[in-house]
Parts: sequence; C-alpha cells; structure tokens
Amino acid sequence: MIPASFDYHAPGTLPEALALLSKYGDDAKVLSGGQSLLPLLKLRLGQTGHLIDIGRIPGLEYIREEGGLLRIGGRTRESALEGSELIRSRYPILHDTAKVIADPLVRNMATLGGNLAHGDPGNDHPATMLALGAQVVATGPKGERVIPIEQFFLGLFRTALRPDEVLTEIRIPVPPARSGGAYLKLERKVGDYATAAAAAQVTLGSGGTVERVGLALTNVGPTPVKAVDAEKFLVGKQPDAATLGEAAQRAAKAASPSADRRGSVEYKREMARVLATRALKLAVERAGGR
Amino acid sequence: MQPRTSPEVGGMGHSMKRKEDPRFIRGKGNYVDDIVLPGMLWMDIVRSPFAHAKIKSINTEKALKVPGVLAVITGETLAKYNLHWMPTLMSDTQMVLPTEKVMYQAQEVAAVIATSRYAAADGVDAVEVDYDPLPVVVNPFKALEPNAPVLRTDKKDKKDNRIFHWEAGDRAATDKAFAEADVTVKQALYIPRIHVASIETCGCIADFDRVNGKLTVYMTTQAPHAIRTVFALVAGHVGLSEERIRIVSPDIGGGFGGKVPVYPGYVIATAASVVIGKPVKWIEDRMENLQADSFARDYHITAELAARKDGTITALRMKTLADHGYADAAANPSKFPAGLFSICTGSYDVSKAFVEVDGVYTNKPPGGVAYRCSFRVTEAIHAIERITDVLAQELKMDPAELRMKNFIPKEKFPYKSALGWEYDSGDYEPALRLAMDKIGYAALRKEQAEKRARGELMGIGISSFTEILGAGPSKHFDILGIKMFDSCELRIHPTGKAIARFGTKSQGQGHETTYAQIIAEELGIPASAVQVEEGDTDTAPYGLGTYASRSTPTAGAAGAMAARKIREKAKKIAAYLLEVSEDDLVWEPGKFSVKGAPSRSKTIQEIAFAAYTNHPPGMEAGLEAVNYYDPPNLTFPFGSYICVVDIDRGTGMVKIRRFVAVDDCGNIINPMIVDGQIHGGLTMGMAPALLEEISYDENGNNQAGSFMDYLVPTAVESPSWETFKTVTPCPHHPLGAKGVGESATVGAPPAIANAVVDALSHLGVKHVDIPITPEKVWRLLKEKGLAE
Amino acid sequence: MAMHDIQVTVNGAPYDAQVESRLLLVHLLRDQFRLTGTHIGCDTTHCGACTVLLDGQPVKSCTVLAVQANGRQVSTVEGLEKEGKLHPLQEGFWEKHGLQCGYCTPGMLMTTCALLKKNKNPSEADIREAISGNLCRCTGYNNIVKAVQFAAERLGKEA
Repeated sequence: MIPASFDYHAPGTLPEALALLSKYGDDAKVLSGGQSLLPLLKLRLGQTGHLIDIGRIPGLEYIREEGGLLRIGGRTRESALEGSELIRSRYPILHDTAKVIADPLVRNMATLGGNLAHGDPGNDHPATMLALGAQVVATGPKGERVIPIEQFFLGLFRTALRPDEVLTEIRIPVPPARSGGAYLKLERKVGDYATAAAAAQVTLGSGGTVERVGLALTNVGPTPVKAVDAEKFLVGKQPDAATLGEAAQRAAKAASPSADRRGSVEYKREMARVLATRALKLAVERAGGR
Repeated sequence: MQPRTSPEVGGMGHSMKRKEDPRFIRGKGNYVDDIVLPGMLWMDIVRSPFAHAKIKSINTEKALKVPGVLAVITGETLAKYNLHWMPTLMSDTQMVLPTEKVMYQAQEVAAVIATSRYAAADGVDAVEVDYDPLPVVVNPFKALEPNAPVLRTDKKDKKDNRIFHWEAGDRAATDKAFAEADVTVKQALYIPRIHVASIETCGCIADFDRVNGKLTVYMTTQAPHAIRTVFALVAGHVGLSEERIRIVSPDIGGGFGGKVPVYPGYVIATAASVVIGKPVKWIEDRMENLQADSFARDYHITAELAARKDGTITALRMKTLADHGYADAAANPSKFPAGLFSICTGSYDVSKAFVEVDGVYTNKPPGGVAYRCSFRVTEAIHAIERITDVLAQELKMDPAELRMKNFIPKEKFPYKSALGWEYDSGDYEPALRLAMDKIGYAALRKEQAEKRARGELMGIGISSFTEILGAGPSKHFDILGIKMFDSCELRIHPTGKAIARFGTKSQGQGHETTYAQIIAEELGIPASAVQVEEGDTDTAPYGLGTYASRSTPTAGAAGAMAARKIREKAKKIAAYLLEVSEDDLVWEPGKFSVKGAPSRSKTIQEIAFAAYTNHPPGMEAGLEAVNYYDPPNLTFPFGSYICVVDIDRGTGMVKIRRFVAVDDCGNIINPMIVDGQIHGGLTMGMAPALLEEISYDENGNNQAGSFMDYLVPTAVESPSWETFKTVTPCPHHPLGAKGVGESATVGAPPAIANAVVDALSHLGVKHVDIPITPEKVWRLLKEKGLAE
Repeated sequence: MAMHDIQVTVNGAPYDAQVESRLLLVHLLRDQFRLTGTHIGCDTTHCGACTVLLDGQPVKSCTVLAVQANGRQVSTVEGLEKEGKLHPLQEGFWEKHGLQCGYCTPGMLMTTCALLKKNKNPSEADIREAISGNLCRCTGYNNIVKAVQFAAERLGKEA
C-alpha cells in the first residue's frame, strides 16, 4: 500500500500549475481529490514522476447559476454537491449522483472534475453529465477550451483532456420548466462501483410528451454509454410505461458490459434496462408527469 | 435471572461497562503496529503471482541496491537452518519459504529486510523472480481424479491429492433407514471459501536479544502459549529454548480464528531477527491478508434426510469434500480433521446418522480456520438447516412445524446424538416459539400469501441451531498433543484487590470485564478491583487460547474454580479470625458470617489482609490459587432465528426486512457483552449469506483479493438486529454458562438462505447456494418468468 | 526525490516534519508524530480505520498525502478528550458497548464527531449512512448506533 516515489508540486495559481504540466508532460498527473489517483499509486498500478496538486489554487470550488448555466468549479467536492440546497432542489439528478459516489468519507475529498477527468467508466458523474448535456471547460496554456460532454470520453481511462490542461469548470444548461432527472445505481454494497446505473434527464412539452431527453449508462462499457437510439425514440412521445420500457430496451442494447464479480454480461445488460426504465419513470414524475 | 451481587460488585448478570474501554476510546490501545523497539527493522514479503510454478531463479541484486534495504531472505537462506518447512497445527507440513516451487497465488517467496517501511516496499518491488508455471489444480473434485497432477511432491511416495478420510455414525443402519423411509430428500450444497478479514491484519515484531539469548515476539495471536511451544519444537535445533521464548499478544484488533495459525511471516521475521540481532517488524497489508492467510469453510456437502410421511426425521446422511488448499493448516483438535462437523444432526432427534468427510489438496492457501464459529459447525448447521427446509418443502409442511416435531425434547437431555455427542442441556421449543412470537410469524405468513397473489416476493426463513463449544475434554481433545484445558491463576492482595491471569486471549470479547465479573461472583470482590491479564507467556498460566468460543467454557470455569479454592482457604482464615469452626460459617458474596449471628462476620477484604498479617499458624501465608480446568464435556448453546426478506423482482436484490434472534447460552455473565457478541456474529453471518466469497479462476487467480471484491458489510447493509434470550443453564459448567461468541455466525446464514428460498418456493425453487447474489436470484426469477 | 518541510496542526498543536512526497498522512501521524490512535485496516480506501478530520471534515488519511496536509488542521482521536473530560461520543461508546476490539473505534469516533456537528439529531438511518465508510467486524453496528444516539442526546442537553 505504499506508492513508488514521485515528486510533488503545490502551485498556488493556475498558470503555475499549467506551466508544470507543460514542463513534465506525460510524466505528470493532476492531483485533485486524489481518491481515484492515490489508490492506483498505492497499489503501484499507475506510475508518475510528478504530482501537480491543484488543491492550493483559489477559485476552483463553486456552485452557481448564471447566464442560463449551472457552473460548477472543477475542484468542487462531492460532499459539497451533495449538501448543496441549489443542487438538491433544482438538479435532483446531480444530487442523486453525488450521494452514491463511494462513501461519505471519500466524498469529502473526491472532486467532480476528478470524477470526470479520470476517464473511468465506473465513475458516476459521466453518465449524469451526458444526460444533462453538459460542457467541460479545459484550461490550458493557451486559455480555455469548451468541450461538449459527448466528445469528452474517448476510451477506457482516456478523455479529451490534454496532458497540459486542467478541468476547471463544468457547465450544465439550466433545465427549462417541466424538467426532471434521476440517477439510479445498482451496487452490491455502499462504496462499490455500479453493477449498472442509469441517468435520465427529461423535459416535457405542453402536451405532456417528451420534448428533450438525455439517457446514459454507467459501467456497462469502456466509456459511459449515451443511449442515443433510446433518446431519439422517446422524443415526441407520451412517456407511458410501454414507451419508457421500449426506450430502456434500446438503451440496454447500446450497452457492452464486461463480465466480472458484479455480474455476467447478460445480467448487467438486463440491469441497465431495469434501471433505465426506473430512472426514466422517476425523471418523468419529477418533471411533473404521471 | 436476578443477579446475586450488587451492581457495585458487578458479578454475573450485570451489564457493567467494560474495563478495557478507557484505552480504546482514547486511541491508546496497544496493537502490534503501535509498538516500536529501538533499532527496529521492517520486513515486507515478495509473493507469487502464480498458483503453481517452479521457481527458476530469485535475483536479489537490484533489491539489495535499494536505499535502506539490508537483506533479502529466501528459502535457500532458511534451508540452511532447516526452517524452510514447518509443521501445521494438524500435523501436516507447509512451506515457510519455497526452495523449489510455489503452490498458491500470493504464497511467500522471499522477504526483504530494510530500515523503513517504505524502503522494504521498494525492495519487494525490485526482487526479480523467474517462474515456470505448472498445471493448476483448483477444482477439488478434479483433484481427486486419477490423472490429476500430484501437488505435494514434497511428500515421499504420495501419489494423489487426498489428505484424510473421516467418518462418524453407523453407515449400515443409516443406509437401511433410508431404504425403508417414506420420504427422502437430497441436496448438494457448497459453502464457499470466506475470510475472517478482521480490521487489523496479522503481524509481529520478532526481537531476539543476543546478549540474553531470549526471543520475544509481539504477535497478533489468539493462542500465545501454543505458539511458544511450537516455536520451541520447530526451532529448538537453532538454539531457541522454551524458557527463553516469550510470546506477547498485546491488544488484538479482531481475531475470529484468523489469528490462530502460525503464518510464514512470523517465522521469517523471527529467523531474520535471530540472524541480524535486531527487532524485525512485519505487518501484512490487507491484500496479503485476504490472499494468503487462512481461509474458512470451502466445504462441498451432499446432505440427505429420511423421514416418515408425518415429518418425523428417521435418518441423516452427509458426504463432504473439504478443500484445504495446499496444506492442511486447519486449527482443529487433532483427532477431528473435520472439526466438530458431526454436530450436523443439529437440534433434531435423529436416531440413525452417518457422515463422512474427505479432505483434498488444491492450489490455494492452506487452512481452514474456525471463523467465528466452533470447528466446522457453521458448515454442519447450514447443511442440516437447509436440508430440513428442503424436507419441509417436499412434505408441504410449515418449516416451524417440522422443526417442532423433530426437536430433541427437553426430557431427553443430556442427549446422546447418533453421531456420538452428549448434548448437555437444551429446551428448543420455547426458543422457537419466542422467535415466532416476536417476529409475528402467523401474520407474516398471511402477508406472504397476499403478496404472492400480487406477484410480490417475500420470504420467512427459520434456523434452529445447536452449537458445540468449549473444546474440550482431555479425553478427546488436543492440538498437536497439547490437551485443551485452560487456566486461571488468581491472587488476592493484602488490600483485598485481585489479579487474575488466564491462558486465553481476548481479541475484543471483553475478558478483562467478564472474567473479573466471574471472580466478583465467586468472591464478592468488586469486578472493578480485579485486574485481568492475558497474552504474555512469561506471566500467564498455560492455555490454548481464545477461538471457537472456548473461553467461557474453559478459562471462565478455571476462574470460578480458582476462586472457589480461594474461598476454601478464606473460610479457614475466617474461622480462625472468628474463633468458630468452619461448619458454623455461612457464605454470601463478599463475606463469611456466623450461622445465627450474622453481625459476626469477616469480609473477603478483611480475610485477604489477614492472609498476609494474621494467618492461622501452620497455614501458608498468602491467598492465591491456580486452576487448570479440564471440561467434562463440551457445551451446547442453541437458538432460533427468524429472518424476513423482500426481493426486488427487477434486480434480484435481497433486502432483510427484519431479523429476530433468540439465543440460549446458559447463564449469562454480562448481558450487554453477550448481545454485542450476537450482533457482531449476525453481521458476520449475513456477510457470507449475501456478500462474501473468495473464488478462483481456472488458473488459481484469487478473484476477491481486496476489499474491492471481498464485500464486508457496512452499517447500511447490516440490519437492525433484534435479540432475545432464553436461559437453559449448563449442568456441568461451574457457572452454568455455555459461551456465545460465535453462535450467531452459525445460525444466521441458514436463516437468511431459508428466507430467500422460502420467497421463491412457490415457484418450485428448492435451494440456492450462498452467497445469494442478486444475479443468482435474478436468474431464478427469469427462469420462472417472474423477472421485472 | 525532493523532501518537503511541512507544518501540520494536529489537535491544536503545531508539528513540523520533513517528508517524502509519497508519505501518506496516516503514516505521518502514526510513525512520525507517534499518534497511534489512527489505524490502518486496508489498502484500497475501503475500511475507514484511518479516519481523521482534515479542516473539520472526516477523510481517510491513508488516501491523503502528508504534503497535502501542510498548513492545515488535523484532528485525531487523541484530541477528543479535553482536559480530562471525555467527549460525549467517547462516553457513548463506553456506555453503550459500541466497541469490542477497539480497532475501528477511532475512525468511528472521528466520523461521528463530524456527523454530530452537522446534524444534531441524526436518525438511525442517518447514522448508518454516515458511518458507511467505516467497517466494523466485531459489533454488528447496532451498539455503535446506540452510542451515537446517546452522544447526540448528551450534546443536546449540554447546549
């Protein structure tokens, strides 16, 4: 449980951090909450020459709505998300998600930015951000770059973030009226990664039909799975039980889970379907639907 | 039962606060890793990634260049002192460090000694081992096939992977009863390998003092004296002599049987300290603990019952294959290679029975230990309670009714079971009735019927277990030849306070309190004034340690007996002081008084003072006694547990809605401590029922080698346990107590398994193996067309 | 590899240390500062035996680097008792038999200490959820819940 040696830097400003990242390139890693990175280093499953701790840089932790966007600083702790009244009341899908990440102690250190940047399909926020249609702000030596979330997850432990960038902000469009969302996670016990999980964010139109929907799945593929086919199917339809069920079927088809101790491929795919059904149903209820 | 003593004295029956807590709540416990000795070095271990492989070479060059690394110890090093192999507690042999091949994944291959914890870890990373993989044997059934690779090539003339064959009962009579039965049921069940996973892992500091030729080892051990004697026998040839070996168990962070075996790490650290002449500390990390230390269970059982149409069980038959890993390193009494598995007739009056157990080698860590249970009792009770429910289902009889029909009736105790045990006392029916009353059994059955009509799934599971504890009478019980008595050395000081030392070793069971309460009960000295010590072999009387719930039955009894010897002497002193004959004296806790003249009395404190200042002429001064207690029999606590579960038809997840536990452990020393033991045992019983399992793939790779996949329940998975008692005293124990540390781990898994099967029985499901994962349930639902 | 000079305030007292980058906070506390009340129980950030308060928040000190604690406040179990008076949680664990082997206990105490600051009247479910990052093998958790409820009541009276 003892990491191999590395050098540690605690820059006081973002430009300093970026300069260090540029200098050390692939041999450097950003230390945000450290709750994904340090466990890897302790087991010597990952190696790095330089840890760039962004923990001393002011202005990276905030939750605020402005300009039609919910803006969350990259280093915002999961516990802050969980405890935020704004998030709980207006973005229940995000509250649902923060609540089930690891355990309460880990959440006091773990950050939203880290949860996304790590590129682990087992992490919970990616699916939720896909469902919300979020944007990731990456700050590098040349300034800010806004990356749509659909383009952020490239592969297993690979994101669009460059080695010389820090994930500084997540932007979520403020949902219109008659919107609701839910994140449901099946886990073997508290603290586990998802056997499967589903994030659903829905906006209903005036006739009660689905105007906009985001549906994504956790830990059933090498990246978080955006259920594009299911989303297309739902738009314009009444969100009755049969329709939601059909959408969930389609979402499950988009999943490509691997077998492990949490379940076989068949079971995980089925759980993706069951959870997608339930998440959609709850999202619709919260949107003021039936 | 009303306590005989006042709360200030704190004898039996008082829920007094624990005397050991003040240090723990302040973070001032003294666990092995808290101890630092001058000049201490650190040891870390290189482990094999392969389950079965020849070692072609071990290259230590890079490791020796790591700053802080002083030495690398290999099997070759130890072979020079003939310490590379050692005996196990079951008289098998196991490697300390290999010279030829490794036989399980995570086996110790070499040890690095360094000046710091971190340098030792770096050293381990730098040792280069070249392996030549060999065919792996993981399936115990395949291990018995004629063309299976023979694993123990170190044993001359060994041509197979068999370890032992053991049987009990009357095969012919049992077979006959089966042939003649109205109804027979048969069920194969597997009780998987699990791990005790105490929160503190194993470790030691071995400190060989060259000047005095004395070895002191601070060790996470539940049985310090046994360790000392084993060390003296094993390493006598390198100059270690028992009077100059001291084993110290300081505070232990949970044992549960996992800290009974002698692990290679202890021996290597000791060898290192002897050779280098400095203290060497070894603390394993969690993954090492889970992957290399002794496992529990791993029994493949076929259970059968024969019965009459009306539900009377007439015979029981069980056949078991025991997977022991590559060495039989179980910690059973030596004549019982399958432990006390023959308790498997359980709480039922079964006149004909036959059991057989075959042990087999595989490429897995050696073992197995009695994990929070008496030896192999969890396996036995799981089998009988499951097959009883299978019978109930076959007969379409209510499982509570079937049990009541077959319980050994109170009048038959002491009861001689068909497999040779004499159960001391029992009154099973009231315990089950109490459980049924507390859970609201009739209403639940009604609710179940209504829910079934709506396609909802709920189940009610019963487990009525009998445990067998307190190993054990010297006639039948020994470990490596050492009889399984236990001991107490009790001394009363002039000011009436006491010190009591025992041969057992608490790892959280509260002995510093409960033993003091026993002395308080017998002598009337307040428990708060009785200092209890265990764990230092230099001072404690010889004992076999604490595991398999044996402490209260053996050492607790020894404490009572020693106290009674003291009372005898105290009576003589009192008679002398009061100038009466002993026959004129009456005892109540704390004092002797004259019959008919109660104001003429001497307190135990006055008597103690007199023992040093005014003792009768011709009598030795002092007031102390030693007792080595040889229990006349084992003890048989019992209970009935009822569990209610609800099943999610979409995910297969099982949620425990309620769990009622009625336990009978005879007379109770400290009710609060007993309840604590039961709560803990229930959570540790729920864990293998729903969550915990160590499994291996076909290459012998451990698939649950960390807490990521070895699922220890949190406070969220663990229900709010409801506990109740009946009290049926033990007729042969001086205090009427039976012991209770582990009953719940035995009784809980079948209650939960029975509840899940009960939830699905109307669909035709007869059995589910533990752990009952959501996927297992979901598959059954899918099969039966009931998945969401 | 560079060494770092750090200062950490532990239980209100300043401690200086010179540490490797990779030194874990739990090892700083136990091995260098000799505050051995904080324990180590696993290697995958699951068990919570190492829980301390970092600037008032309960965290797993095995998954924090010592250098990350530079200039910050750490509270450990050794700091709960003030001038010979036990913290109500310590009293509660003692009264209600909330510990057996004592190994997970410091972690439980620190986590629940932070809980009671945030939530003065936690329900059983709140308590179980709050300690879901702290594993116990001995107690079955029932009495830990009772211990915390005892402390909440005691703190309520003291307020």
